[in-house]
Amino acid sequence: MTKTAKKTSSPYAGRIAARGHFRTLRLDTPFQPRIDALMKQNDWYSWAGYRAPASLWDEELEYFAIRSQAALFDISPMVKYLIQGSDAEAFLNRVTLRDVSKLRPGRVHYTAWCDDEGHVLDDGTLFRLTDDAFRLCCQERHLPWLLDSAIGYDVSVVEETEEIAGLALQGPTSFAVLRDAGFEGVEHLKIFDLAGFDHQGGTVTISRTGFTGDLGYELFVPANLALSLWDRLMEAGQMRGIRAIGYTALNRARLEAGLIVANADFTTAEHALRANRARMPDEIGLGFMVDLKKGHFNGSRAIEAARKTRKLGHILVGLEIEGNIPAEHAIVYHNKKKEVGLVSAAGWSPLAKRNIAIASLSRPYGDTVNDDLWVEIYALRELKYEKMMKRAKVVERPFVKLPRRMANPPADF
Amino acid sequence: MTSSDAQQQVASRWTARHDVIVIGGGHNGLVCAALLAKSGRKVLVLEAASEFGGGARTEELAPGFRVSSVAHLLNRLHPDVVKELDLEKHGLKFAPADAVPSVSLSAKDGPLTLTGAYGEGLVGASSAEAAAWKDLRAQLFRYAGILKPFLSRRPPDLRGKMSITETLALGQTVLALKKLGKEDMRDFLRVILMNVADLLDEQLTDNRLKGLLAFDAVLGSHLGPRSPTSLLGLYYRFAGEIGGAPGSQLVPKGGMGSVVAAIADAASKAGVVLRTDAPIIKILVENGRATGVVLENGEEIAATTVVSAADPSTTFLDLVGPRELDTGFVRKISNIRNHGDAAKLHLALDRLPEFAGVDAVGLKGRLVIAPSTDHVERAFNPSKYGEFSAEPVLEITLPSLADPSLAPDGACVLSAVVQYAPYRLREGWESGKPKFLKAIMGALEKHSPGIGKTVRHAELLTPADIEARYRMPGGHWHHGELQADQMLMSRPAFGAEGYSTPIDGLYLCGAGSHPGGGVSGAPGLNAARRIIAMERQS
Repeated sequence: MTKTAKKTSSPYAGRIAARGHFRTLRLDTPFQPRIDALMKQNDWYSWAGYRAPASLWDEELEYFAIRSQAALFDISPMVKYLIQGSDAEAFLNRVTLRDVSKLRPGRVHYTAWCDDEGHVLDDGTLFRLTDDAFRLCCQERHLPWLLDSAIGYDVSVVEETEEIAGLALQGPTSFAVLRDAGFEGVEHLKIFDLAGFDHQGGTVTISRTGFTGDLGYELFVPANLALSLWDRLMEAGQMRGIRAIGYTALNRARLEAGLIVANADFTTAEHALRANRARMPDEIGLGFMVDLKKGHFNGSRAIEAARKTRKLGHILVGLEIEGNIPAEHAIVYHNKKKEVGLVSAAGWSPLAKRNIAIASLSRPYGDTVNDDLWVEIYALRELKYEKMMKRAKVVERPFVKLPRRMANPPADF
Repeated sequence: MTSSDAQQQVASRWTARHDVIVIGGGHNGLVCAALLAKSGRKVLVLEAASEFGGGARTEELAPGFRVSSVAHLLNRLHPDVVKELDLEKHGLKFAPADAVPSVSLSAKDGPLTLTGAYGEGLVGASSAEAAAWKDLRAQLFRYAGILKPFLSRRPPDLRGKMSITETLALGQTVLALKKLGKEDMRDFLRVILMNVADLLDEQLTDNRLKGLLAFDAVLGSHLGPRSPTSLLGLYYRFAGEIGGAPGSQLVPKGGMGSVVAAIADAASKAGVVLRTDAPIIKILVENGRATGVVLENGEEIAATTVVSAADPSTTFLDLVGPRELDTGFVRKISNIRNHGDAAKLHLALDRLPEFAGVDAVGLKGRLVIAPSTDHVERAFNPSKYGEFSAEPVLEITLPSLADPSLAPDGACVLSAVVQYAPYRLREGWESGKPKFLKAIMGALEKHSPGIGKTVRHAELLTPADIEARYRMPGGHWHHGELQADQMLMSRPAFGAEGYSTPIDGLYLCGAGSHPGGGVSGAPGLNAARRIIAMERQS
């Protein structure tokens, strides 16, 4: 049999060829040579199959690089899709929760998408590059879902996770670093704006977005330009305290910003093995995205029905907990007795000077019944658990609001 | 035009002059339309072709020759349909004498004839075989009888929303099972998903009889007798009845078109407006609710309820369109297996053909070329790899014997279902069709030497032809394989099972829905009952 005949023998051959990522167990990102050189801790973790740094040199100082300097974080493992065609807007309107017709070219919005049952498959950011071209960034792989969603639309969906490298540059001096690196006009980017900039004969797409709640940018570039972009930023940022950071530091910043992580703060529908683990947008604080007026989209019937019949069993809330012991994965109680939920992320916030957490509760707790909530913290201290029942208060997210995140023009620190 | 004129025009366009639009005037669409009209609704049937009937028409084959298009034998028109539409009053009459035998042809051993309602008598077999058959027949009909009530009901509802009547009906099935007695119930459960070949080998020895049963089990499906679950096809057949006799069959006078004409007449008398040459290109959906249809000529017709007798993939993917549906549902609908594996042969013959050993009564019946289980299995094998059967199996009728008006004096028309003819023939049907016709004629010649010389005109409808002519994607007369995974609440796919769909006000009533195809009217009947029940609730 010839090679071409073999290829056409399965209708899914194209799809299979487009998803080779799992064949290598620990992929390297295009920035790996630079990160390897800076890695002092050898503290790696797996991010979607990539070898990613948990901490490079000191997680404490890495966190403060985000809040006081400029932190460079490799986001290449983020799953990325390029969605193009005259029906791209209509397609994304059908797939995602928010009204994409309101997203202008050169803008980004945070969105999520659901299966038929209205259960969240993932959340992510949608970049409108032009009228007919979008980039969708997310945590999980969705190529088969997106391709099947494309039936009946004039649209192409291409996975570009490996082809496109990504960097997050976050922190108060991040704007100054970009400006000093010669990205002319970057000062015009307002929050959730994006624009293309020249780099080594190619284009780097810079957006004023991030996962820290701080002033910050995300940069996307073809993989072959990744290292030169890294070097350009590091060089320009030398005097502005630029530092490469790992996920542990970022995770603290995102908690302060009140942002959720798929499969950490909620279980995505395709990962949920138990029928009652999948969540609707209203159950994980994403109800604001649901636009029932824009016309049909995946899961809209189920979401509408669940709202009508009040079948939304859960709610995701921000908690402030007394004391300073992190309440990670603590059980939440009502009246110290009734188990009503679980903390999914927690920690001391150096910026807010508060002990904060994100938790999923069973309604009505966290919804209409908010007093008398407690968390039970087990602190393992020299081989003995210290059990503490600490009072928890439902508070607004984000836990920390930084004016510099939104300031225009961005401040020059 | 003044603005008030324009408003008026818009208003009149959108005034629901019809409560219900039925898409497709095949027999199921007509049955559903007639029943809904009888319930007091204003119903409009829109048929794309210039005549009603879909795959159950009588069409001209050659000057002076007419023949039933796809379906040519009546063996399962549901008694509730006959009764509720009073079809006898509308010209459909069955006399016990109309029932015809099945003849299993064998060049080696001569024919074997099943007389009465599917072999109440057996002619041409040993007495031991006749006794074995009597037992097996009784057993198969007993088991099919357990499943039979499902034909005229919605499939069981897995969403926990069954009405008390539906729950009771399901309870009755459990009761019927218990009534079989321990041993029989155990055997029922043992064999239900078996392949037909193994079951036949357990109890019979005559190859002709086994070949015929094997053929009937896999007729109209992409299964061979040794494929798991192939026995279900036989149950489906035996759950059918004509004139109160389970398993009975007849060649309708005037062809299958006459059956449809009677149903259309009942519909029309009930007040249904019938329109032909009205192909639909779109089902209108507003805020998740069907509001009407758009015709190919741009005409829009509004209705509060839209019922589609079209194939499920046509209904959802082409007419509603994926944009109004969830991706998971589109995925399910796109994955319905609907590639037909049966072709239809029509021959205009100079004279009545002869089949060795078959008498005049036999010729009026159903002649099956499937001389053994192995023969059927070997015919099936190539179809798995996209090739037609080199030695096909056939079900032949000579309709002009039942109704001489179908052929000129002295001449004869032959109608045959031929397997296997995979929809996706690897070499393509353009070049494959003449080769397949030659293979079929070769098979016919073996049993009726000289028949080839009397052919005045031949027409072979491959699944590709059936798809194009009768608007059945895949050319499948069941509108989707009738196998265990596409039955009951999985028919056509979960989300559109039980006749309602994700779109409010849109229902299915065709062969793609439970219980399936064949000229039964059961999907149309059940859909009408469901619509009436649903609209009573809201």
